[in-house]
Amino acid sequence: MTGFIILLAIVLVVVISVQIGKIVELANKIRGQEESERINSDRTAFWLLVFGIALILGTIWSCYHYKNFMLGYGPHEAASIHGKKVDSIFNLTVIITGIVFVLTQVALFYFAFKYKGRPGKKVLFIPHNNKLEFYWTITPAIVMTILVVSGLMAWNEIMADVKEDEDFIEIEAVAYQFAWDIRYPGMDHKLGTRNYKLISGTNGLGMDWTDPKTHDDFIADQIVLPKGKKVRVRITSKDVLHNFYLPQFRVKMDAIPGLPTYFVFTPEKTLEEYKLELRKYPEYLEPSDPKDPFGPKKWETFTYELGCAELCGIGHYSMRKVVKIVSPEEYEQWFNKQKSVYFSTVRNTVDDPNKGKILAGEPVNTSVETKDKVDTTVIILKDSLNKK
Amino acid sequence: MAALTHLEEEKLIKEQGYNDHFYDHHHGDKHQMGFITKYIFCQDHKIIAKQFLITGIIWAIIGAGMSVIFRLQLGFPEADMAWLRPLLGKWIVVNDDGIGSLDPNFYYALVTMHGTIIVFFVLTAGLSGTFSNLLIPLQIGARDMASGFLNMLSYWFFFLSSVVMLASLVLSTGPFSGGWTAYPPLSALPQASQGSGTGMTLWLISLTFFVVSVLLGGVNYITTILNLRTKGMTMWRMPLTIWAFLITAIIGLLSFPVLVAGFFLLMFDRGMGTSFYLSEIFIGGQALDNVGGSPVLFQHLFWFLGHPEVYIIILPAMGLVSEILSVHSRKPIFGYKAMVFSMLAIAFLSFIVWAHHMFMAGVNPFISNFFVLFTLIIAVPSAVKVFNWIATLYGGNVRFNSASLFAIGFVSMFISGGLTGIFLGNSTIDIQQHDTYFVVAHFHIVMGIAAFFGMFAGIYNWFPKMYGRFMNETLGQIHFWGTLVGAYLIFGPMHYIGLAGVPRRYFRFDSFETFKQFDALNQFITVCAIIVFALQILFVVNFFYSIWKGKKVTSKNPWESNTLEWTTPIKPGHGNWEGNIPSVNRWAYDYGKDGVDFIPQIKPLAEGEQHSELHQ
Repeated sequence: MTGFIILLAIVLVVVISVQIGKIVELANKIRGQEESERINSDRTAFWLLVFGIALILGTIWSCYHYKNFMLGYGPHEAASIHGKKVDSIFNLTVIITGIVFVLTQVALFYFAFKYKGRPGKKVLFIPHNNKLEFYWTITPAIVMTILVVSGLMAWNEIMADVKEDEDFIEIEAVAYQFAWDIRYPGMDHKLGTRNYKLISGTNGLGMDWTDPKTHDDFIADQIVLPKGKKVRVRITSKDVLHNFYLPQFRVKMDAIPGLPTYFVFTPEKTLEEYKLELRKYPEYLEPSDPKDPFGPKKWETFTYELGCAELCGIGHYSMRKVVKIVSPEEYEQWFNKQKSVYFSTVRNTVDDPNKGKILAGEPVNTSVETKDKVDTTVIILKDSLNKK
Repeated sequence: MAALTHLEEEKLIKEQGYNDHFYDHHHGDKHQMGFITKYIFCQDHKIIAKQFLITGIIWAIIGAGMSVIFRLQLGFPEADMAWLRPLLGKWIVVNDDGIGSLDPNFYYALVTMHGTIIVFFVLTAGLSGTFSNLLIPLQIGARDMASGFLNMLSYWFFFLSSVVMLASLVLSTGPFSGGWTAYPPLSALPQASQGSGTGMTLWLISLTFFVVSVLLGGVNYITTILNLRTKGMTMWRMPLTIWAFLITAIIGLLSFPVLVAGFFLLMFDRGMGTSFYLSEIFIGGQALDNVGGSPVLFQHLFWFLGHPEVYIIILPAMGLVSEILSVHSRKPIFGYKAMVFSMLAIAFLSFIVWAHHMFMAGVNPFISNFFVLFTLIIAVPSAVKVFNWIATLYGGNVRFNSASLFAIGFVSMFISGGLTGIFLGNSTIDIQQHDTYFVVAHFHIVMGIAAFFGMFAGIYNWFPKMYGRFMNETLGQIHFWGTLVGAYLIFGPMHYIGLAGVPRRYFRFDSFETFKQFDALNQFITVCAIIVFALQILFVVNFFYSIWKGKKVTSKNPWESNTLEWTTPIKPGHGNWEGNIPSVNRWAYDYGKDGVDFIPQIKPLAEGEQHSELHQ
């Protein structure tokens, strides 16, 4: 039915337009050519001016109308430290391009209006004006220099990798069709080695268990990070290209199989703080689900999210993961509750290359027979690593 | 001094023109008598131009029609699409309640094909192919292209390419669906996506043929412009259209081969087990043996063409618009030389900015510094061009018709889309905007809509030369206003969706809190897109109606234009001029000089008259 209506609408628009075309042509014949050309010229000039004004007013109005949804404005200021710089360069560019937009569009449509055609009118014969051309070459050049310099200064700062003596958390995001695995380094703060040939049903990331650094690594079902601490995300992919995208943090980087990339950022607002900020704006007091007017409000259902921003196949739109920024204390609590993949699922099974061997810091009689024991092992291992 | 009458014009060509003995040798129409040699395997540049144009129009309907279908999905994801089953068959999945929905595989195939078709088949072949072929010989005063045969091959390779692409649309696994940029490993591994199997193979074959077509055309355009200009037609007297086609052809010749190189390596990876782009991949439950390749290499090769490609699309439009604005303002184009130098600057810079598509693709951030710098420098020649177009209107006597209106619309679109490019070219802002709807809005306005506006302006303006009839002016103006307003209403709101962080190429937005806030805007955009699509159908109706039924052209030079194509007969035959080739005595933009409305290029300088520009 919808299709029929759409088709009908298309046909109708075409038919009506063709009829209008014929009528106007007839009217012009009756009026005489010169008269109808003059009317056409006046009318078109007027509407060009109207359009120019409407374009500028419409742009300004819509900017204002949508400002609380746009990142960088109102409740959507960046939630990371470097994101503030991104936002400020963005705003600088908005102002500069906004001025140019208004001036050039006004000039274009106003001149079209003012210099509308009249038979026999004399025109200004000006093939060129070197002085004018010099100025309007040099002005954009200077403006561009400002944007390039400020942009690149921010860029090199944002993209700089961490230094070795810095205090930071490193996590790994591994993308695949169509989800993410987030790996934390555990107590030793070092991500263990992976090898894609070791990937199997029980070892989704291909962690190399002969590397002791893998033993305390854990995989989290959400990204949880403490506020105010530098994070280095090691980004990689198992199959095709993906992109690690955290909109609220101004973080975006391709995930490439065989070529790990990184992004360094410092979260600055906890999820709770961000939501409280949203709550101040009427747009976010509306129900989240329009079909359920008494359900939770938009600010309540809001959460930070990780998405994919590089086309990766049919599930591209569904690679979501919840991101939580919490206080350092909460983070500590959460971190301590996580279980190492190795000790909870692999240790002393057939998949364990260290089966039967005694690992450094591990009590001699450890086995995975009961869950309690595993937990003890993890704690003991964490203790021993802490001592080092 | 007054404008030339027809008699004076004929006399001038007869007396001063150049006799190349074209008609003495009988190699003109002799070989083009039959229907097949005249309309199918034709070597006449004017017919080839029409072949490019009409094939381009057919592809434009298909490509734009696809966008309507995926816009329906984006605007109304819950709507019943079962009515599309007769057209799309199994790509519409009908559930137990009889509600049909679009298969995501086909959604991605539509998005991919829309991009490929519009970028290559419509805006490269349909725009540059049409007008380079039509205008180069006519405006420089040549009988035909340097090689009519290669020119014919150029079209037929395009045709072949079209047939292969069309075939891929009806495959049971669907056409290629990994985005028009075809990044591996998605495009290299059939197990990664349904469309990456046979669909991708056909896509690669089709585009390889397409590149052959572009190269054959390009060699011809360059040779013709450099060698076959008529007596007196120095480089600095050429209309800006010809400069634009020359620069476009050179860019194409230098960049398309790199794309083919990239394609060949991709074919090797797909079929021969090489690892140019593949490394450490685990897919479909199995670890592949390929190690050491880099997917980023393909992106470098692709964008080394891909970026110049956007100038291949926009430069011809710029040339057409420059000419049309000047003719219909009855004023010389402002800053002719600045226009040429800015086109040359854009062409040169287009080769050293490709990695601005890859700021977030894992390229060393240090390297990005250079690409940011060069990218933002492009704003300078682009700004100069905009200022010059606006200055061309200043003090003019602007004649409003479909051609000049679309040219004005082009400038407006180019400003809007160009300014958003300044955001994206700055890598810091691109961290956030990369691969969001902001990018979609940006490039659709600046190289999609703007290029289409240039193309429409060109078609309305040169239709009388192509078919000896005018297109319907009222329908043309309805088409203009609807498209101008509609295009802004489609792509304006997309900027906001992008600024809210919504990524492009999403099948649905509802699983993300951040991205699902814009249902109303998406519906609005879809409705506008359908209306604008209907208006383009109106244009097509007008086009074909006017070929046979349009108002007849009664004078040789209906727009009172200076360039040589308007000195040919109303319907020029093979060889373009019946007698001598006209010779040229001045530049193409003497409009309003010394109070004379227009002075054609063939007219000698009057006594004591100076050239309007230096070095002519």
